[in-house]
Amino acid sequence: MPRGEWTYDVVVVGGGHAGCEAALAAARMGCRTAMVTLHLDNIALMPCNPAIGGVGKGQLTREIDALGGEQGRNADRAFIQLKMLNTSKGPAVRALRAQADKRLYEDWMKVVLSRTPNLDLLQGEVASLDVSRETIRSVRLADGRCVRCRAAVLATGTFLRGKVVVGDRSYPAGRVGELPARRLSASLLAAGIELDRFQSATPPRVDGATIDADRMVVQQGDSQPLSFSHWRVPALRRQVPCYLTHTTPVTHEVVSAHLHLSPLKSGSVSGKGPRYCPSIDRKLINFPEKERHPVFVEPEGVTTREMYLQGLTTSLPVFVQEKIIHATPGLEKARLIRPGYAVEYDYLPPQQLTLGLESKTVKGLFSAGQVNGTSGYEEAAAQGLVAGINAALYAQDEPPFFLRRDQAYIGVLIDDLVTKGVDEPYRMFTSRAEYRLLLRHDNAAERLSHLGHKLGLISAEQLVIVEKKQQGLAEFTDLLDTVQVRACEDSNRVLEELGTMPLEESQSAAKLLRRPQVTYEDVIRLVGSSDRERISQAPPEVVEQLEIQARYEGYIRRQMSEIRHQRATETLGIPADFDYWSLQGLTYEAKDKMSRIRPATLGQASRVPGVSPADVSVLLIHLHRSQLQRSVEMPEMSFE
Amino acid sequence: MDAKQMTPSLVASEPVSPSWPEDTIVAISTAIGAGAIGIVRLSGPDAIPLAGAVFRPQRSAPLGAEETYSLLYGHVVDPDTSEMIDEGLMAVMRKPRSYTREDVVELHCHGGVAAQRAVLRLLIRSGARSAEPGEFTRRAFHNGRIDLAQAESVAAIVAARSTAALRASVRQLNGGLSERLQATRRCLIGLLAQIEATVDFSDEDVEELDWESLGGQLSSVESDLGRLLDTAFVGRALSQGVRTAIVGKPNVGKSSLLNALLMRERAIVSDIPGTTRDTVEELVEIGGIPIQLVDTAGLRSSGDHVERLGVSRSVEAMEQADLILVVVDLAAGWDEADRRLLSGLDPRRSIVIGNKADLVEDAQALLCDLAECLGLLSRERLNDEHGKACGKTGLSLEAGWRIVAVSALTGHGLEDLRLLIQETAAEGHEFCLDEPILANERHRALVQESFEWTGSAIAGVARRAGEELVCEDLRSAVGALGRITGEELTPDLLDEIFSRFCLGK
Ligand SMILES: Cc1cc2nc3c(=O)[nH]c(=O)nc-3n(C[C@H](O)[C@H](O)[C@H](O)COP(=O)(O)OP(=O)(O)OC[C@H]3O[C@@H](n4cnc5c(N)ncnc54)[C@H](O)[C@@H]3O)c2cc1C
Ligand SMILES: Nc1nc2c(ncn2[C@@H]2O[C@H](COP(=O)(O)OP(=O)(O)O)[C@@H](O)[C@H]2O)c(=O)[nH]1
Ligand SMILES: [Mg+2]
Repeated sequence: MPRGEWTYDVVVVGGGHAGCEAALAAARMGCRTAMVTLHLDNIALMPCNPAIGGVGKGQLTREIDALGGEQGRNADRAFIQLKMLNTSKGPAVRALRAQADKRLYEDWMKVVLSRTPNLDLLQGEVASLDVSRETIRSVRLADGRCVRCRAAVLATGTFLRGKVVVGDRSYPAGRVGELPARRLSASLLAAGIELDRFQSATPPRVDGATIDADRMVVQQGDSQPLSFSHWRVPALRRQVPCYLTHTTPVTHEVVSAHLHLSPLKSGSVSGKGPRYCPSIDRKLINFPEKERHPVFVEPEGVTTREMYLQGLTTSLPVFVQEKIIHATPGLEKARLIRPGYAVEYDYLPPQQLTLGLESKTVKGLFSAGQVNGTSGYEEAAAQGLVAGINAALYAQDEPPFFLRRDQAYIGVLIDDLVTKGVDEPYRMFTSRAEYRLLLRHDNAAERLSHLGHKLGLISAEQLVIVEKKQQGLAEFTDLLDTVQVRACEDSNRVLEELGTMPLEESQSAAKLLRRPQVTYEDVIRLVGSSDRERISQAPPEVVEQLEIQARYEGYIRRQMSEIRHQRATETLGIPADFDYWSLQGLTYEAKDKMSRIRPATLGQASRVPGVSPADVSVLLIHLHRSQLQRSVEMPEMSFE
Repeated sequence: MDAKQMTPSLVASEPVSPSWPEDTIVAISTAIGAGAIGIVRLSGPDAIPLAGAVFRPQRSAPLGAEETYSLLYGHVVDPDTSEMIDEGLMAVMRKPRSYTREDVVELHCHGGVAAQRAVLRLLIRSGARSAEPGEFTRRAFHNGRIDLAQAESVAAIVAARSTAALRASVRQLNGGLSERLQATRRCLIGLLAQIEATVDFSDEDVEELDWESLGGQLSSVESDLGRLLDTAFVGRALSQGVRTAIVGKPNVGKSSLLNALLMRERAIVSDIPGTTRDTVEELVEIGGIPIQLVDTAGLRSSGDHVERLGVSRSVEAMEQADLILVVVDLAAGWDEADRRLLSGLDPRRSIVIGNKADLVEDAQALLCDLAECLGLLSRERLNDEHGKACGKTGLSLEAGWRIVAVSALTGHGLEDLRLLIQETAAEGHEFCLDEPILANERHRALVQESFEWTGSAIAGVARRAGEELVCEDLRSAVGALGRITGEELTPDLLDEIFSRFCLGK
């Protein structure tokens, strides 16, 4: 082997949230893996908000954990505040959010990476890819080194031809203070991969010692022990509060007076930014009638005084940022430490990818994270995990792995990306999931860990823990079905107390639990003394599931039958080289879209924008006729 | 072509022939309301050369390769004999900017039906295929030119058998139904967005949900959907006819009445009781409303097996009918059996007919007796002088009953009967054709589904079932409407959320 040349099974380009998961998954699956990144001190860096999870995102983090990924565990190690969101709403939409100590988060991730067998970390800029016969062969570093590989994962985040913008100043950078990746884009384009521009922005950070906390609302974490990871015993830790303040008409006047300096107006930012992360300038333009906007002041860690001003995202000139901050109650004297800025970068429109996140143009090249047109650490990590798994499977000549929309938020995320594409940086919302009641954060392990085990990412011991819970659930579900509550004075008094109808004849405990007013505790009170003993032995995590099942009973049954109904189209495969152009009866638009996206299944085809139900029926009949159909190998659901 | 056979072939969920040979089809498609002008329309790859072979334009310049939307004056000529068939216009619409998105040529003939047929024959002889009913629309739909709702309404046009139905279809084609559904769907999405925003952005500055007002707004959407569903009856009536059963004892003149209303012979009329053993169906248009007349066997218990079969069919016909014409023979009189028959009927859906008025002296007086005997006269008016209240059809009857004397033989009273039929058929349903109506069963079922999910959401709101459950119902409600026009929820929902709420950190 020539000097400066290495050979790996999998090379991961990038050490962000996507890159870390990809590298860990591939190495843990037994592949010799290298992670190349621009700077080894900036691993798993959080360039924006110091938090992991949230509604929709928290579900992703739990799923990553259930499949053997690292993000959940790492958040458990590094959090400084933990909170369950949506507790006043149903269990399906609850989620965890952790305020993380950024430094700690990075350090822990680096520890994990460093201790993982099969995994090497390299610092350097990947400048080009060697592609021959439409297959990735190696990646070349700007310093001349060449890393040969069977598969590569692109996880370059905001770095490809990155440009930082603050006010009227703009310069090439991946993030403030970091070099951009200037060269790689050209190599991607040369390989036939399309690129486009997006942008994202982050708010200023201020000195926590200079804020007036008395003028703000204190927000504490939850006092009960919680954790992202299914396999971690939650421990209580001293938590750090966040603060809430609001902008005022005075703040808005300052913004308005300087709007002409906004990169939004001057046009110095051309990429499209996310609607759900509007800058303060954008908020005032879109909602002029709103008199105040919330500003959450969040600590970036325990070893730094920096505080993150969530809600004040802006890339206005620094002197304006200062004025805006000082015109906000509680921040009058706040010292601006790090100015907010916007970053514009190349992304790879994800319709060029398969459901396994592999490029349709270059075999063995996978991509994940912000470079696929998403935003957020959780979205990045979820894709990183799937890309890493598939890079490993590819290197091992195994068929790809993907998740369906009815199995996981990760399935929703990737199917949305590769089927529909993006016109703004994509973020997960629970409303994107059509099977939201099934895809809960509380059953992520039950849904996915057997798949993680098959892939070699979840140990047998871990799986046993999940299976035990499932057995317990099955056992107590049966028990509740058989145990009857008699219509007697005692039970009816309890029911009346609970504000629900008395019984006229005996009813199963399961049926009673379905009444919204009746909890499992109440059921224990209601059943006869002979059954009470056994029923009250259910462990708390089983009780939680029993109550959730009871609450969603009818809805879940309906969704399951819908899923079964859909399964036929979701598993009907379309050959990758299918010739849509020769198929008569399809609209021009459908032919065009489908030949570009090359849906793997009829189900995916039906979600391609521009493909009508009529097109799907044409395709269906054709597939049946020409006997081209083959069932795609897909993981089964764990609960049916 | 029967409406029932026609419509499903255009429904996308039922796969239609996946690919048809890309041949050129031709059909006479007379323009609606265009009177004497008939249009022979061609669509397909050879439409232009085929038309060119039979049409000699006046102008000398040949048709340019790119020329489209041009209207040429000239003559249709039989290429074999050079015989001139008709004078007219030729309109060329090149793909994709045509109704079917294929090359389309229309020959506007002036020479009446015979000339249109001759032109059609010529074109078929030259290689065009006679189009199946609705095939132009099917191509338009497959080529993405029109949406599902529009395609289905064209199917209804093809099947439409009355002017009122035609107008309703045209209205729907113009997007009336799509627009109305769209508006309702938007409304539901707006309400859904309010709840979804509190779910997905609970840690932001989203206002508390006002459940009260949400419930109120949902109820108004529900009643909107309910009104639309009401029009489904009208829609069905317009495309399939108001089912009208003619019942009564044998020989009272049911079949004669059917013939009289049809103004031609259809049912076998005989004076042997029990001649009509099977049911006979015919469609007539009365006051713009299509009426599907169903003649039945006489209602009496009979030993004859075949006739018994007929009787059971007529009971079935009555059960399925929207409207029942009960015929009594004024000359032969009536009895307990007639009274029993009437007692089971809904007055708002029935008309009592005293037939054979030509055989009796004073038909009105007898009609009055009949009404009294059957217990139809209003109790308050019973004290009135007998017969005084008996106007032409102006008997004072118990709520809702209608009664009329006719003669199927002479035609006496038939106009009154027609008016009564029109009135009764339309009652409770506004046959207001300026409103979009649900003329299609698939649409109706989906609107019904949406209606029910909205109701379920309202119940959920009332008992504060939880945001995620109310959302679930509303998503189903929106989804059902979206399936009519084929639209997806998520993009519209997110647009709605971000345009309504200032969200984002
Ligand atoms: C200014 C800014 C604002 C943001 N705002 C938001 C927001 O509002 N909301 C939100 O959800 N998310 C936001 N984020 C995004 C969030 O930080 C990312 O979604 C997440 O970090 C993406 O993870 P990633 O792994 O895809 O990429 P990154 O975290 O960007 O990691 C990319 C990695 O790739 C390495 N790399 C890149 N190119 C090369 C190369 N050629 N050779 C070697 N190494 C390379 C880099 O060194 C880096 O380690 C913002 C990010 C920035 C920078
Ligand atoms: N004079 C007279 N004869 C009628 C009239 N309607 C029917 N008839 C005769 O009554 C007989 C039975 O008629 P038909 O229509 O077959 O009765 P159905 O058995 O009820 O269908 C036939 O001979 C008809 O010509 C009518 O209005 N006036
Ligand atoms: Mg008869």
